[in-house]
Amino acid sequence: MSVVDPDVRTEKPVRARLSAANVTLAHGGGGKAMHDLIDSVFIDSFDNALLETMEDQARMSLSALMRHGDRLAFTTDSYVVSPLEFPGGDIGKLAVCGTINDLAVGGATPLYLSCAVIIEEGLDVELLRRMVRSMADTAKAAGVAIVTGDTKVVGRGACDRLFINTTGIGVIREGLNLSVSSARSGDAILVNGMLGDHGATILNARGDMALTTPIASDCAALHGLIEDLLRAAPGTRFIRDATRGGLATVLNEIAVASKVGIDIEEAQTPLREEVKGFCEILGLDPLYLANEGKIVCVVPPGEEQTALKAMRAHPLGSESALIGRITDGRAGRVSMQTVFGGRRIVDMLIGEQLPRIC
Amino acid sequence: MKFVDEFRDPAKAQSLLVEIRQMVERIRPKMNRPLYIMEVCGGHTHAIFRYGIETMLPDEIELVHGPGCPVCVLPMGRIDDCIAIAERPNVIMTTFGDAMRVPGSKKSLLTAKAEGADVRMVYSPLDALQLAKANPDKEVVFFGLGFETTMPSTALTVLRAEAEGIRNFSLFCNHITIIPTVKAILDSPDFQIDGFLGPGHVSMVIGNEPYQFIAQHYNRPIVVSGFEPLDVLHGIWMVLKQIDEGRSEVENQYRRIVPEGGNAVALDAIGKVFELREFFEWRGLGSIDHSGVRVREAYAAFDAEKKFTMPAVMIADPKACQCGEVLKGIIKPWACRVYGKGCTPETPMGALMVSSEGACAAYFRFGDIEKIRSRRVEAGIEEASA
Repeated sequence: MSVVDPDVRTEKPVRARLSAANVTLAHGGGGKAMHDLIDSVFIDSFDNALLETMEDQARMSLSALMRHGDRLAFTTDSYVVSPLEFPGGDIGKLAVCGTINDLAVGGATPLYLSCAVIIEEGLDVELLRRMVRSMADTAKAAGVAIVTGDTKVVGRGACDRLFINTTGIGVIREGLNLSVSSARSGDAILVNGMLGDHGATILNARGDMALTTPIASDCAALHGLIEDLLRAAPGTRFIRDATRGGLATVLNEIAVASKVGIDIEEAQTPLREEVKGFCEILGLDPLYLANEGKIVCVVPPGEEQTALKAMRAHPLGSESALIGRITDGRAGRVSMQTVFGGRRIVDMLIGEQLPRIC
Repeated sequence: MKFVDEFRDPAKAQSLLVEIRQMVERIRPKMNRPLYIMEVCGGHTHAIFRYGIETMLPDEIELVHGPGCPVCVLPMGRIDDCIAIAERPNVIMTTFGDAMRVPGSKKSLLTAKAEGADVRMVYSPLDALQLAKANPDKEVVFFGLGFETTMPSTALTVLRAEAEGIRNFSLFCNHITIIPTVKAILDSPDFQIDGFLGPGHVSMVIGNEPYQFIAQHYNRPIVVSGFEPLDVLHGIWMVLKQIDEGRSEVENQYRRIVPEGGNAVALDAIGKVFELREFFEWRGLGSIDHSGVRVREAYAAFDAEKKFTMPAVMIADPKACQCGEVLKGIIKPWACRVYGKGCTPETPMGALMVSSEGACAAYFRFGDIEKIRSRRVEAGIEEASA
């Protein structure tokens, strides 16, 4: 799918060359150094005609947008992950997938992204180049274009190596109205696979746990999966990506907004053995661990099996599962049947999850 | 997970529950009140809530969530002292995750960190020692806390610091010991516990002998139990069996971990480095004789209390708090005057709201209180309006 306006020039221009090994304040100073950085690192990687015009803004044709639907979806997110590179992804891939997913869970076709970076002086240029290429590759694979951006360099200590903000524009097709307040008693709750991989990977990759666990982030762009789901289950009420705060947080948001109860079964909740073990050792609850490639979907009764089938047929949903139901129980309350046979409340997380001492 | 899933088997739980119900039926006519079983250890409290064990038990059994959450029972004055050390320039304060959130009289370590103090979370005191080696121009302090479970690793760290001559490492010792505290509960005038689940990991270090007085002098059964849900349920089953058979003994449910005589190497390290304090202040329970340890004079060079001056002011618990009554099982958490009102996990006033192992925080987060309450009202244990 080509989303960029067709007024494209074809031959690739000659890029500026950047010889510095590390980013310095001069690269944010507005002069030649900055132009060289932008041209050699960003424009070269993102490689599209809208960016190539070097205007202060990307200009998109309204009529082209309207071919996708009748409403714009507009979202922004900042990425500050540490470490910048981790098993399964890096900050660049995360910055593209995260914003695509924020558009896609609203039913929008993601089309354009912006990319604003804040760089701490001293950052290795090769590392920056790798992160930007990762953004470009991820965007290309997802069929979206990065069409505008900004670069700032700050002094040492003013940020942690590299922060990225991406803003996304997508279009929602006519008649589609997913809403967090639309869940009804009897609806099924589906997830598209193993939970907690990203959160566990990042904690593990920081290295202060002195554990070596073979886990990788689930970081992925989910618009394809969501398109398949919505085609198979057109009555789908609501989708949200279970990022920070994990599954438990999304379920609580649904229960509160829709004024419903939610019952889930621990035994049906997909968790990798490695993530379970990691959480056991550290005293963490995997239901609260972040995901970067997992959605929670509320689907009306009667459509859950077709929805599940469509999700499982997609490579990013092969381990999809029905984990529970919306109930007419106490509004705002999420409860869980434990593997052991007891029942407990799954509350909103308070503060940051801190390991228990013993 | 191998060696874990076996201890979470719902079918085995059901067969234990059948026998638990039968025993309760037999014991019931002899009692005119619920059976009170106290789990001493916060790890048990966590497992009970995490797996909803309370919701599976007959109404006649009431679990009392005891004093064994070391984070919860730390008095505010000690936290203030810790923060005072952490806020000194040139100090790196290290501690376990849970301890970061405990409120002192003005703030927690997390707040102090946000304000600029260098506070770092570690998983072992040895990590703190590593930090000291890596930062020779800084004073690295380990905020040591916990029962006999965590005491040996702290003791070994001090011993290693001495052996390696690492002079910029010290310990702010807040370790506490479980036996005097259990005794204080047994001696309290409103005591009404029928049996105990003994702390599994403490016993791994101290063995089972120290609990004999509970069985012999106070005639209460105590079963040292593990932390998987089936361990906890099996422990409750063993306590009931003793009550049913009119016995009061020290039994070991957690044989796979707890040796009868404890761990001699660990006890040796503890004995070398620590000595009993005359008394130690507990949040919610007040001062208890010989319930805390301090660093021996021989290792004074590694004692943060000697190395740094600190306010050392005792701060009284807020008057409205009823932590003591909850800890002793006299009232249920939600019957406390401030539960869920002034005192919530976000802004804890009392000890038991601080950590997820504290009874109040556990009820607040995991407990289906309406359901427990309505069952208790039906069973005639609690009045309908509160």
